[in-house]
Amino acid sequence: MFDIDLWREIFQSINKNRLRTILSGLTVVFAIMLFTILFGLVNGLQNTFTEAFADDANNAIFINSGRTTKAYKGLQAGRQIQFENKEIDYIKDENGNKVEFITARIYKNVVASFRNEKSNYSVRAVHPDHQYLERTIMDEGRYINQRDLNQKTKVIVIGRLVEEDLFRKTKALGKYLNLSGIQYKIVGIFSDEGNDDEERLIYMPVTTAQQVYGNNEFVDQINLTYNPDMNFDQAIAFSNSIEKKLKERFSVAKLDQRAIRVRNMAEASKNVNQMMVVLGILVLVIGLGTLIAGIVGISNIMIFIVKERTKEIGIRKALGASPKSIVSIILLESVLITAIAGYIGLLIGTGILNLAGPSLEEYFIKDPSVKTSLVVSATILLVLAGALAGYVPAKKASKIKPIIALRNE
Amino acid sequence: MLKINQLHKSYPIGDSSLHVLKGIDLEVEAGEMVAIMGSSGSGKSTLLNIIGMLDEADSGDYILDGVPIKNLNEKKAAIYRNKFLGFIFQSFNLINYKNALENVALPLYYQGLKRKERQEKGKFHLKKVGLLDWAHHLPSELSGGQKQRVAIARALAADPKLLLADEPTGALDTTTSYEIMEFLQQLNDEGKTILIVTHEEDIAEMCKRVVRLRDGVIMEDKKVEQVRASEYV
Repeated sequence: MFDIDLWREIFQSINKNRLRTILSGLTVVFAIMLFTILFGLVNGLQNTFTEAFADDANNAIFINSGRTTKAYKGLQAGRQIQFENKEIDYIKDENGNKVEFITARIYKNVVASFRNEKSNYSVRAVHPDHQYLERTIMDEGRYINQRDLNQKTKVIVIGRLVEEDLFRKTKALGKYLNLSGIQYKIVGIFSDEGNDDEERLIYMPVTTAQQVYGNNEFVDQINLTYNPDMNFDQAIAFSNSIEKKLKERFSVAKLDQRAIRVRNMAEASKNVNQMMVVLGILVLVIGLGTLIAGIVGISNIMIFIVKERTKEIGIRKALGASPKSIVSIILLESVLITAIAGYIGLLIGTGILNLAGPSLEEYFIKDPSVKTSLVVSATILLVLAGALAGYVPAKKASKIKPIIALRNE
Repeated sequence: MLKINQLHKSYPIGDSSLHVLKGIDLEVEAGEMVAIMGSSGSGKSTLLNIIGMLDEADSGDYILDGVPIKNLNEKKAAIYRNKFLGFIFQSFNLINYKNALENVALPLYYQGLKRKERQEKGKFHLKKVGLLDWAHHLPSELSGGQKQRVAIARALAADPKLLLADEPTGALDTTTSYEIMEFLQQLNDEGKTILIVTHEEDIAEMCKRVVRLRDGVIMEDKKVEQVRASEYV
């Protein structure tokens, strides 16, 4: 039941005791403000970490080949290991659904020219799955598809900055681009969350590159992502088994570190995840610490307020106030102050974060912000704590015998 | 109106206890104006507090307007206090952040009256004590006599059966004291039952009956010729 007279009493008490109201409110404002700022900073730190690994799929495995360094099974050291298309098929066949996406990479450097503009670019010849591995974002047109692979079409997908560099104000999509003397049709333009270099790449079908640049089935690198259902340990075991099988297939010594190299992002991801857990614990400790400080502050103030109002409570009781009305008037006042002060603290905290945010990026803190829901629940917690802390003294006050409260000083 | 039988009360002091009221018998009829006198420590304030339900007796009976007052829980005591009793204190005990009218209307709030009704009744009683023009002043802006009159208006607001005054003139100079007594006498003339605790003889003589306490027992209980305060003002 909403009792307008009770609220009138509370507002009068708040209004007439401004100093008390402000002092008790300030504690809460500070607690919530610090909570918001500290949480925001840690969140910013987490954002930096997340972003550093957001560029590529974090369940990726990269497989490279090189020269052997050890003699093995009668074969001499120094032998060049060369992957071909059939290795991709082999990995797919051997591992079934453990492999999520898989693609080859062939690296070429080309001089790209359009009308009078000309510049050097790296080309990656890939399978369609590469888009998901690299988290390539298509701005216009399409990515390389299976049809391109089958028909070895001369199509390319260029980065946003390639278009910017070479095409200036004209639209690149659908135009032909000359790559070291051969014309390729631009079928798509992409962007990437990684650095600018990623947006200066040119993708083409792997089969096209194989035909144009050597008429073979050579592959420079094999990239794949493992099934995300696997945990880190399973993923590391998976990449180890791939490495072992490939080494047997190419008759490479088990301890040869150069001939076949398998790099698993899971290991890095594991470290990052551990870092996140540590940060999470840090957040928890900070959050709880500030909240406890706030709760202690409110409790003190509530005890003080009840003490200060003892005489008033005695008067009210002598005039016929029921214990319930005494408790509710004190509690509701504190709840109201805490809630409003909490909101102000939230506003100040987010305000400071917004102001200071941009200048914090060099300290690895990006986009420091807090979820409103989190701060609201922190405020609610404070309100509850304040109510609980206030309830005991308020209840006690309601039991004060009026004569004690009214004793002439 | 009020009947007290063999009332005992003691307070613990350290390990021992102080026996303050040692079997008080007192009967007050409606319309009486009784002074309870005694030196400090005689138990007069304790008696008033028990009558006012601000404190509880250890043993003995207390019947107020036909209702036995015993083993009251807080809630019931609050209701009885509001319904039966009006308090006037030596130190006025006005709520300092409420203006005169709000102070007077406070008992009506606890009676559950509507705001408009509270305002009207509050104004009526302020007018009665001659302070309607001061309705919106805070207690700190009033003189001692005015404060006590506001307190009397507040005590009257709930239309109690019994007015209890604990040294009502203790904090006032003689002239103002007599003004307040004159006013209390007027109220008594209109039929209000009034109990006044005092240690001042002249104030006691302005009542109709004087009960003297010493060491927790009634020494003397006699009707007196009432001295009208108006003669001195």
